[in-house]
Parts: sequence; C-alpha cells; structure tokens
Amino acid sequence: MSNIFIWGRKNLYPTTGQGIISIAIVSLVGLVLWNFLPWSIFNAVWVADNSDVCRQAGGACWAFIWEKLYFILFGFYPAEERWRAWLVLALFLGGILYSGRSKSWTLSLIVVWLGLVVSMMLLLNGTLLGLPTVETSYWGGLVLTIILAMTGIIFSYPFGVLLALGRANQRLPVIRGICVSIIEIIRGVPFISLLFMASLMLPLFLPSGFVIPKLVRAIVAVIIFSGCYLAETVRGGLAAVSRGQYEAAQSLGLSYWKTMGLVILPQALSKVIQPTVGSFISLFIDTTLVVIISMYDLLGAARAAASDSAWLGFAREAYVFLALIYFAFCYTLSKYSRRLEKDILTKKVH
Amino acid sequence: MIVGIVLFFGLARQNLVDNLEQRNIATGFGFLANEASFIVSETVIDYEPSDTYGRVFLVGMMNTIKVAVLGSISAILLGTFVGILLLSKNWLLRNICYSYVNLVRNTPLILQLLFWYMLLTEFLPSIYDSVSFLGTVFFTNRGFYISSIVIHSSYYWSLGTMFLGFGFAYFFNRYANRHHDRTGRELPAFTINFTIIIILTLIPWAIAGFPLNISVPVFVTPDFLGGSNISPEFLAIYLGLTLYTATFIAEVVRAGIVAIPKGQVEAGSSIGLTPMKLLKLVILPQAIRIIIPPLTNQILNLFKNSTLAVAIGYPDFVSIANTTLNQTGQAIEAITAIMIFYLSVSLLVSLFMNWFNHKMRLVER
Repeated sequence: MSNIFIWGRKNLYPTTGQGIISIAIVSLVGLVLWNFLPWSIFNAVWVADNSDVCRQAGGACWAFIWEKLYFILFGFYPAEERWRAWLVLALFLGGILYSGRSKSWTLSLIVVWLGLVVSMMLLLNGTLLGLPTVETSYWGGLVLTIILAMTGIIFSYPFGVLLALGRANQRLPVIRGICVSIIEIIRGVPFISLLFMASLMLPLFLPSGFVIPKLVRAIVAVIIFSGCYLAETVRGGLAAVSRGQYEAAQSLGLSYWKTMGLVILPQALSKVIQPTVGSFISLFIDTTLVVIISMYDLLGAARAAASDSAWLGFAREAYVFLALIYFAFCYTLSKYSRRLEKDILTKKVH
Repeated sequence: MIVGIVLFFGLARQNLVDNLEQRNIATGFGFLANEASFIVSETVIDYEPSDTYGRVFLVGMMNTIKVAVLGSISAILLGTFVGILLLSKNWLLRNICYSYVNLVRNTPLILQLLFWYMLLTEFLPSIYDSVSFLGTVFFTNRGFYISSIVIHSSYYWSLGTMFLGFGFAYFFNRYANRHHDRTGRELPAFTINFTIIIILTLIPWAIAGFPLNISVPVFVTPDFLGGSNISPEFLAIYLGLTLYTATFIAEVVRAGIVAIPKGQVEAGSSIGLTPMKLLKLVILPQAIRIIIPPLTNQILNLFKNSTLAVAIGYPDFVSIANTTLNQTGQAIEAITAIMIFYLSVSLLVSLFMNWFNHKMRLVER
C-alpha cells in the first residue's frame, strides 16, 4: 500500500502545479468516460430486429454492426459461398499465429505467406478448385483488406529491396539512376494519384476487350507505392553495414548476388526490422484509400452498410467499430515488432 | 530485350491512340482554355463556373495550399506541445499523450476524416437553431459562421510597413550580434524589434483614422448574412490533418530533445543560465538541427495527405482534377497535372530544406 502511495506521490503529485494538472486530467478523462460509457455500453442496444429499437434507446446501436457483420467482413461475396471467405479468415489467423513465433522469421516466412495468399485467392475465386467462380469485383470487406494488405506486403518487400540495391549500386549508374528516379518520384506524389493511374489511366493503354481486374491494378499500385518507401528503409539498413563486410565478401571471391544475399542483406535487413514493420503498418492502413476508387474494402463496406436506408444514421458505430479493428491490428503489430527485433538481434550476436 | 521494350511501348501507345479515338477523347492540355462549367463550393480566389479549366485548377491548388499551410502551422504547434509533454515527469500527463499518439497513428487517416466530417455535419444543430458563442461565432451543421473584419485599404499599407519592420529587425539583429561579440554586452534586441514592428504596422492604420468594421453574422431565414463561413469540409480536413500529423511531429520533437546529451543541459545550468536562456541558447539550437529534416518530411506528408480531402468533398486540387477528368475524360492529362503539382512542391520544399540544413549545420572550429 505504501508503495503505491510513494509511486503516486512521485509520479502524480511531485509539486502543487503537477498535482493540479493530474487532477485536471483525471476529471477530464472522467468527463469523457461519463459521456462515453452510457452511450457505448449502458444505453446501447446489442440485439434488435430493426433500427426503431435503436432510435428509441438513445445509446449506441451495436445491433447495427451485428446486422451488417457479414457485409463488413465479406462485402458482396455471395451468401452461399461464404464458407470460403470464412476459411480465408481462418487461413489468415493461422498465418498470424505461425508468424507470432520469433523462430518463424526467416526467409521461408515470405514463402509461407505467398502460399497462404495464393491459396486464399484460389479459394475466393474458386475456378481452379472446381467451385463456382466468384469474380474479384465481388470480393469485399475485411477479406478484401486482408488480400490487399498481404499481397502488398509480400511483393513490395522484395521490390523495395531490389530498388534499394539498385540505388546503392555504384557500378551501374544507369540502373542506379532509374531506381533513384522511381523512388523519388513515387515518394513525391500522393498515393491517390497512383490509384487513379491504376484505375483510370491504365485501361487506356490496354487493347480493347482486354481487362485487368481492378483489384489487381490496385494491388500493383500498393506494391509500387509501398516498395519505394520500403526501399528507403532498406537503404538505411544497407548504410549501417560496415564497409569491412563488403570487402571481406569480395576478398572471398563471392559474386555480387552472393555478397548481397549471404553477407550484406541478412545484416542490413535485421537492423531495420522496426521501421520495416512500420512500413507494413502504413501499407495496411493505406489500403483504406481504395475506397476513393470505389472498392468495397473494410472501410468501403462499412460506409455502404451505414448508408443502407433501413439503418440510416449509425455511421458513428461503424466508424468506432472499424477504428477498433485497425487499432487492434496495428498496435499489436508495432508492439510485436519491438520484441521481434530484440529476439532476432540477440540471436545474431553469437 | 531492347526490341521487346520498344515493342511493348509501341503497342501500349497504339492501344492508347485506338482507345482515345474510340471514346472520342481529346489529347493535350488544350482543354485548360475551355469553360469548366462546374461549381466549386469554396474558393480562395474569385471563380465562376464560366471560367476556364486552367482557372479552376488554380482554385484547387489554392485550396490545397490553404489547408496545407494552416494545417502545418497548427500541427507544428500542437505536435511540439505534445512532444514536450511526452517527456513529462507526470505519469498521467505522459500517458494521456501517449494514448492520443498511439490511437491516432494506428487508425487510418481517411477513417478519422470521415469521422470528423460526420460529427460536424450530423451532430451539430441545423442552421435554424444554431448554437452561438457570445453572439460572434455560430456553430451549425453547415459549418461555423464567424465574425470577420471588413478589409480596409489601409490594411494593405500596414502589411507593407510590417514587412519593413521585419527587414529592420533582420539588420538590427545582425548589428546586435556583432555588438555582443565585440563588447560582450547584450542589446535588448527582441524588445526593440518588437516595438518597432508594432509601431510601423500601426502607422498607416492610425493615419487612416483606425478604421475597424467587424461584420457579425446575423441569421435571416434561410441563411446567415455577413461574417464569413468556414465549411464543415474544410474544418474536417483541417482538424483531421492537424490531429494526425501532430502525433508524428510530437514523436520527432521528443526524439530531438532526447538526443541532446545531458551534459549540455548540466553545463548550461552550471554557468548560471536561467531555464529560459538554457532553452533558447543551448537546447533549441541543437534540437532544431535534429528536428528539422524529419519535421520537413512530416509537413510534406501532411501536404500529400491533404489529397484525402476528396473523400469528404473538400474541393482540393485532386478533387477538382478528378471532376475535370470525369467531364473531359482526359485521364492522362489530369493525372499528370496532379503528379506534377505535388512532385514540384515536394521537390521545392526538399531543395529549400537542404539549403537550410546546410546553413544550419554545425560549424566545427
């Protein structure tokens, strides 16, 4: 008990001024909770058949989320094929659990995820598995967000590494110049302009009748955009590897790709784990921008659900729910990356 | 391989020509001289639907710059404040700030913008029963109606003389520094400069007889007359960008302060500097060098993120280029215009910052 008192005295009430600030914060937080808790919990409606019940209650209408849950998770995916989408979510969860162990973080992890994403896509599309075909334009909700984010991460990482290697290459000035211009141009323009390019400009360059699904075009935009930011992160890692390592590898007679693959990259990439995961988090968050080219990802689906005329006026609940989902994903990931970096760096020491 | 690349581009070009012909889309930037004929809800410069696309592009750029500049200023202020609080010894204060930073950084900006826009349009009273603050600001779901000062011609003169004052301050500071180096005595440069600037600014106003005409918004059904309106679209994007970017700036500022060796502060206090002087002469000059480059990046991010305005209907440059694209079908030109605008501003700011860093760098003796 006295420990708590000493801690409080030192951290909350060291001087009168600080004490007043502490009290002000406590009352402010209290005021927010006083207003938020009745709305979100005490007066909230959890189950209801229609929106009238919600409108009378005056609290949050979580019944709305419950009603629209399938739509928010799966978008316009056909109801009778939903088990496939559930399976995709299960695969994703399995992948997350597998990646949770620090031991899994080797190059093979990227292969595992590649396999997972390919099977997710096969499953969702279905043609090759002998299931009814579901076009990519029907994929939506959380499932679409996962597909966008995971393919984006898997392909933008190697792309970013290649760009960074090209930029660091002193002997091939043409390659270097191309990489520098790609990185600097893409980093100088907003992501929306790339999405517009993918959705509005690219079709003009294709022969008529030849259609690339919008999903694929959006994924390519995500990969290019995110790859350029990753390239800068990787460049930081490359710069942090000492010159002696390069020279040692060369004196052993290793070729360029062996030098990079066996000596430099393993060191460079593990030095920048935290910023790399940071880039993955931004990629995940940035996928929400596809709503602007009218795709129904998690945010797009939630918005569409909130504009259903039978359930009008519950956008607030939808946004709070989404914020919780995104926050849970990203915050966990960023916390986890700290532990991962520690694990991997300590393993590499001996 | 080269043949392959040439073939690929040749094919793409042929497809483009065919497609454009088929859809009857013009090429080139000639459309900039055509009549835009769409309405823009808010503008910084005068604009009529009968004006050209070139003019409406300019309107969009001004709107983007308006929100980017105002957003940057408030994000830097809030971010610096929060960044310092992140280092507070008060557990509650520190953790409240960390909660804010983590919450905002881990949710999509576009979601935040939609959320603010929804709050501003759905949860504020309608224009008929607006809530007012002291009868000068009215909060409605169509935005805030605020009192505004009617511009008098003498104000422009004041602006001019104020710049004269800044010019004087620049030279006087240089003189004061030299004086300090030579004699070791400090001139009250700040007080003198401040006074001179104020006096110079006031002179034209005083000559004109202190004209001050405040226009207060008055509700005359069905709208407010007088004053000026801040639209909910602008408020949402301004508020969203400020709150979002401030969390990143807070982290930058915190890292900048932490990076200063403790010995510097101790050395400063041991020669008897007051806390204010310590901050001004020891901590800030060193922290600024560390803070400026990442801060610039954050400002550029804010500038690029302002394009999300299109999601809530604020007429920024992207939104206007998008409307133009839909009207004319000239996707290539519109998207090129977007890219060139953002790229050139980004490059200009980067160049300026490189120059600035070069100037600010530590000169080792």
